[in-house]
Amino acid sequence: MLLEVKDMRVHYGKIEAIKGISLEVAEGEIVTLIGANGAGKTTTLKTISGLRALTSGTVTFDGKDITKMPGHKRVLAGIGQSPEGRGVFPGMTVTENLLMGAYTRSGDLTKDLDEVFELFPRLAERRTQAGGTMSGGEQQMVAIGRALMSKPKVLLLDEPSMGLAPMLVAQIFSIIKEINDRGTTVLLVEQNAQQALQLAHRAYVLETGKVVKSAPAAELLDDPQVRAAYLGGEFGQAESGRS
Amino acid sequence: MSTNTTISHRRNAVGAFIENVRDRWATAPGWQRWTVYILLFVIALLLPSDSIGQFMSPYSDWASVLFFPIGTYVVLAIGLNVVVGQAGLLDLGYVAFFAIGGYTMAMFGTKLGLNFWEILIVGVLLSAVSGVVLGGPTLRLRGDYLAIVTLGFGEIVRQTAENTDSIGGPRGIAGIPHPPSIDGVQIFGVDIFHYGVLDPRPYYYLLVVVATAIIIFVKRWEKSRVGRAWAAIREDEDAAEVMGVPTFKFKLLAFAIGASIGGAMGVVWAGKTISINPNDFLFMLSATILAAVVLGGSGNIPGVILGAFLVAWLPERFRGLSEYRILVFGAALVALMIFRPEGLLPSRRRKAELAEGTGGMGSMGAEVPGPETQAAAEGAAK
Repeated sequence: MLLEVKDMRVHYGKIEAIKGISLEVAEGEIVTLIGANGAGKTTTLKTISGLRALTSGTVTFDGKDITKMPGHKRVLAGIGQSPEGRGVFPGMTVTENLLMGAYTRSGDLTKDLDEVFELFPRLAERRTQAGGTMSGGEQQMVAIGRALMSKPKVLLLDEPSMGLAPMLVAQIFSIIKEINDRGTTVLLVEQNAQQALQLAHRAYVLETGKVVKSAPAAELLDDPQVRAAYLGGEFGQAESGRS
Repeated sequence: MSTNTTISHRRNAVGAFIENVRDRWATAPGWQRWTVYILLFVIALLLPSDSIGQFMSPYSDWASVLFFPIGTYVVLAIGLNVVVGQAGLLDLGYVAFFAIGGYTMAMFGTKLGLNFWEILIVGVLLSAVSGVVLGGPTLRLRGDYLAIVTLGFGEIVRQTAENTDSIGGPRGIAGIPHPPSIDGVQIFGVDIFHYGVLDPRPYYYLLVVVATAIIIFVKRWEKSRVGRAWAAIREDEDAAEVMGVPTFKFKLLAFAIGASIGGAMGVVWAGKTISINPNDFLFMLSATILAAVVLGGSGNIPGVILGAFLVAWLPERFRGLSEYRILVFGAALVALMIFRPEGLLPSRRRKAELAEGTGGMGSMGAEVPGPETQAAAEGAAK
């Protein structure tokens, strides 16, 4: 297993936000965490990237216990994250944002920049534009591209579809697929369960801080309970018929 | 209506002119920049002349005003700008480091008889250490919480000075030695290395040299990896951490550097004033320096210098309005913040940050729902 979380508990003050989550991500996979607002998806991701401390449990990455490792060192270990709400540096240009992603690396980065610009041609047109003045979709591209610049083994994506127009969502998801095809493992947190399940290999369903279901994504797409709760029942069917 | 549009037209024209100058500057070759830098340095040295003073300061001795408050505020603002403008950490107790520098000069000068230059080094080191001591436990806090703790630190330092008899208690310390003089070096009739009681100009020249050295250091840092890390922390701390920036370490570094600049200024200032007491280091000074930074254009060194100059100079210039001058000064600050919320000379990056709505000051004072509130919402959802 590339990434393994065992019985993770996280508290905000006295409130237990994560109540013993265990999950695994194997190399080359796309794994998605789906669930409603407040289920603990983002907290799980933040804990894996080291922004939150856990109360108990362990996080193992690439065979090493990284439970106590500070966030900035996890980047060196190979965890790259596109944070919640995109977290683009508003005052930096696109190029500066991307270079910030390679902060831990040194040497010639032009090849890596070109690779990101190839994935996101839109960004190539806007190299010198300030991050804060870009649209939501473009910012999402910057955030994903920036995370890729650290050459991560696993890419953590927090709601890449949030606030985006449907066409852009489709585009972002196909790029995630492309990134995965090129060899980067992806752990994806999504509220847009329909799209996420179509893309991912496996999925975990989170409810108020617990994993209530884990299965191959295709299976969950047909699961009546999941359909009712996250895919909008009949409406979801209509949508999947259209796409 | 028509007057309004002409005003806005005019403002646009001025804005376009400034933009133009900035574009020019950004692409100017090195020798042009250095010529401007050297010119500015020479102008700074020529400032204390009487002909300028007659207009700039009709009520008090211009050269003295140039040393304090103007020069002192400028250096302090540059130091605070490292913390507030570059790393985005709101520090309301900056005066504490100025006080530590001042008391270092006073104590080591009167009790141990060290000379000014030795104490300058000690003062810088001591205030850097105190910056780390303050930052170590508090930099885990963000936004308003950090501001409150630093505010407390400023008061703690002053109260400690006031209640410790061995450093003079409320009466402070008198008889602080001046920097060692080298007599006989005269330029235009000014004994430039004679640090006596009568002529404030040598102190001003010393201050200009110290300030120049500080500006060079700060500018170097700003352009280095350290500066990039600070910018990232200011704009989004969590994102910076997941980019691999050791945020805590860099915030601590910003505090230490800001503190040592404040301390250096404290030493230089105490080297002129002969006697200091705890009331020289009131919260008001922290607030004034912060106002200078924000007013001038937080994060941009020329802006910050301009802001500090205005904040120090305006009340002196309008001394004639006697008690109304602070009222006018306050009104001027409010007006400036209404018409130019990003400061007089903001950095371009800062403008983009403002457009994003972070207030251009990182998380300073405007923390969006953090983990705590989010958790409360999650709790409520259950």
